[in-house]
Amino acid sequence: MKIKVSFILNGLQVTVETEAHRRLLDLLRDDLNLTGTKEGCAIGECGACTVVMNKLAVNSCLVLAGQIDGAEIITIEGLMKNGALHSLQQKFIEKGAVQCGFCTPGMIMSAYALLLSNKNPDEEEIKEAIAGNLCRCTGYKQIIEAIADSEI
Amino acid sequence: MNDSFSIVGKKVFRQDAYAKVTGQAKFADDINFPGQLFAVMVRIASAHAKIKSIDYSEVINDSRLIKIIDHSNIPGNKLVGPIRNDQPIFCFDKVVTPGDVICMLIGENVDDLNKLKRKVKIDFEELPVLNDPLKSLEENSPLIHPEFENNLIIHYPLRKGNIEKGFADSDYIIEQTYRTAFVEHAYIEPEAVIAIPQETPNSVKIVGSIQNPFTCRKVVASVLNYPLANVRVIQAELGGSFGGKDDTMNILSARAAIGAMITGRPVKIKYTREESILESYKRHPYILNYKVGAKADGKITAMKIDIIADGGAYSSMSPFVTWRSVVQATGPYEIENVQTDVRAVYTNNPYTGAMRGFGSPQPIFAVESIMDELAIKLNITPDEIRRRNCFTSGSFTASGQKLEKHDVNLIKVLDTAVQKSGFKEKWIKYHSLQEFKSLEHKNLSFNDADSLILKEQDYLNNQNYLRKGIGLAVSYRGCSLGAEGIDAAAAYLSLQNDGSLFLLCGLSENGQGLRTTLSIVAAEVLGLTLDKIIYLDQDTSLIPDSGPTVASRATLMGGGAVKNAAVEIRNRLEKLLVDEWNLAGDAVFTFANDKVKYFGGGAKEISFNELCALAYKKGISLSAMGWYKGPDVHWNEETGQGSAYFTYVYGCQVAEVTLNMATGEVFIDNLIAVHNPGRVINLLGAEGQVYGGVTQGAGYALWEEINSEKGFIKELNFDQYLIPTAKDVGKIKPYFIEGRDIYGPWGAKSLGEPTLELTAAAIANAVRNAAGKRFFNLPLNLEEIFLGKKLKAESLNRGSA
Ligand code: FES
Ligand code: FES
Repeated sequence: MKIKVSFILNGLQVTVETEAHRRLLDLLRDDLNLTGTKEGCAIGECGACTVVMNKLAVNSCLVLAGQIDGAEIITIEGLMKNGALHSLQQKFIEKGAVQCGFCTPGMIMSAYALLLSNKNPDEEEIKEAIAGNLCRCTGYKQIIEAIADSEI
Repeated sequence: MNDSFSIVGKKVFRQDAYAKVTGQAKFADDINFPGQLFAVMVRIASAHAKIKSIDYSEVINDSRLIKIIDHSNIPGNKLVGPIRNDQPIFCFDKVVTPGDVICMLIGENVDDLNKLKRKVKIDFEELPVLNDPLKSLEENSPLIHPEFENNLIIHYPLRKGNIEKGFADSDYIIEQTYRTAFVEHAYIEPEAVIAIPQETPNSVKIVGSIQNPFTCRKVVASVLNYPLANVRVIQAELGGSFGGKDDTMNILSARAAIGAMITGRPVKIKYTREESILESYKRHPYILNYKVGAKADGKITAMKIDIIADGGAYSSMSPFVTWRSVVQATGPYEIENVQTDVRAVYTNNPYTGAMRGFGSPQPIFAVESIMDELAIKLNITPDEIRRRNCFTSGSFTASGQKLEKHDVNLIKVLDTAVQKSGFKEKWIKYHSLQEFKSLEHKNLSFNDADSLILKEQDYLNNQNYLRKGIGLAVSYRGCSLGAEGIDAAAAYLSLQNDGSLFLLCGLSENGQGLRTTLSIVAAEVLGLTLDKIIYLDQDTSLIPDSGPTVASRATLMGGGAVKNAAVEIRNRLEKLLVDEWNLAGDAVFTFANDKVKYFGGGAKEISFNELCALAYKKGISLSAMGWYKGPDVHWNEETGQGSAYFTYVYGCQVAEVTLNMATGEVFIDNLIAVHNPGRVINLLGAEGQVYGGVTQGAGYALWEEINSEKGFIKELNFDQYLIPTAKDVGKIKPYFIEGRDIYGPWGAKSLGEPTLELTAAAIANAVRNAAGKRFFNLPLNLEEIFLGKKLKAESLNRGSA
């Protein structure tokens, strides 16, 4: 069954028609060509698909199309402002928080959601916020440093 | 760090980080081609079966299906493998492990294909399943590959000195058996590949998450029966590999290529996590028996080692992985009498192959554990037993190789780690704590003498049961491929007439940071700033075959090639300046910050871009192909003697843990990693390698384990296969000790694998220090520590324990 959903995506109003059972992750990647959001497990364990929905970090592999009507969604592609990197993106580069980069978009979106609710998180709060984002390359240390150094 | 460098050894931001933090970097599944089809794999639920018949009648006329591909569609080799051709692209007579694929369905929509694949009827007859590698070589065990006479993949013997005499001369002998588990690479990006037919007849392009494009090309060309030049392999941005996107990706690429050539359309294969874990190879589980004899003063007189590696269903890289084991099995200790036997065998388990560390983490866990046991027996500290036995300059390895022509600075590495961590005092303190020796007397009542299970009353105040421990491990590691393979690499540098530069290397960016490392090498020689360098995508049609990006060889070999190319171009530019400025032939220039300066009589200066423009005008070539070949090494297969690798690196890690005696939980408080990578090229990247390698090593030590239940894997996704999260590992502190070496760019050697191989051993020794008891089986998870044995799943259902 097809449904029509309207939502705000990276600041722009969009409307898509889609099968109701499809995941937000598929809408973003396949229909809207926003491939910055990644798929690593499809069961809500790896966090590679994390986007910010109504100011909260969500696994887009666990969100169905029907759930996003009226929502405000921000993906990694929506983080730059006027051609300038967001502080998180800049710090990820400077601190060496990126290796293969596959976890990076999801990691940054989890961190972004954290900063939205907590401007000065301490190390434990940062670890808690990204505990659902798996990274196999970095050992997380430089990621934690980058987030600690970022501002919203 | 050496201050005479302008950029080498500094903290340099990654070349590719911008694309990755903005979501613009294109990984394989982010790439699509017009008209693209998808392929899904068909398997049967068996670990060992004879295929009797395949019936496609229920799907063949379905409009959702475009094509079925099986072995009958393969024009060339049906069996492939890096060393032994024993792995089918599509199975035709037997299935030997549950990951095996019988055929694939091609169509427009993956969901439809997944429905259709259930309608392919495969009739098969179950064969006896072999899961225990110790039974593989028994007379009546089932033959996994009947074309070979037994289940032995390879046997490496090593004989040095006189083992009987060595033990006869010893005052103490310890003999122990250690075991390690199957481990998954767990790159966060699952496999994906697209094959695209090209305009030239019989030629195909492959774009995918491929670790080793040249190996992939070789496999695809052999399967399609095409010349190598007709297969073009381009690496997409790679979402982690750790040795894992080799064989599996080569086979997936071959399948996609057959599909593309038959349908005439691009074909994409994209694996789910479950398929990825099911079909991809793992790290080898080893069963390691070590017997060590030593004098009362701690000097080791003999070491006898017997190792069985579970190769699983296919030989894959087993012969190379186990070869590294036989070379390094004694650890970095000079021992006169050594007898080592390493065997890899077939079973119906998931097959095993290359994974970061490559045959070293298993023997390091065993030998470093037994070294601590020896120290305890002799009543000396673990660092001391190592100091009395470890390699120094001029030492001879187990294979009779003299360690020379590089800094054999293991003692310095060890001393640094011991001193930075306060190892000795802490170890003595934890080891001698009265509590440990009088567990029973302190109202702790074990269910049986060997187990740490507590009775209910013991839980009440479990703060009492938090114990500290500290442990260390040392290693030496041969750099690059060694006597395993052909060791040479190419790099292409093309300066433009405005001073910007294209750089391309035959080795791959797998996420480790190679683009940046190699750019730094070129920038250092030519005095360029990094923003002038564009690093081109790895493409087998544009650069010579440089072998695989494995064995921590990319900085050494690729860096060597880039440096050679850059020096060649620089020499041409210097010669031009000598002519232009009328200088003596041996004039000395500095190339830095996009400028070239001459300080001799009458200082002169020219901007780099003007110099390039001038060279271009004079018709001087601004491009060069650099080639770097490692020196020859050799190995005697019968005796296990020879110069295995042309140079080595040394490392020491110290782990401090808290052990909860009431739950068996181990927390890593601190980990100090001291490594000698030769020379650090990018400090930021080098630190990242340490953090990442140590964290993977911690997973190997404490949590990670693939259980093969009659060949079937229980842990098919990250809900069951647990890799470390941000909360799981405490502080990690890297230290680098540089050493002189004549190889590699300015002596830069290897770092990626050394960082991982030591961690589990150091943690195991720390747990021993805390518990007062040795644990022999990785991972040291709750049940291993709590019960002294592994709990095995009774069923493969999710949530079952
Ligand atoms: S893909 Fe959504 S959490 Fe892994
Ligand atoms: S950078 Fe590779 S998974 Fe995080």
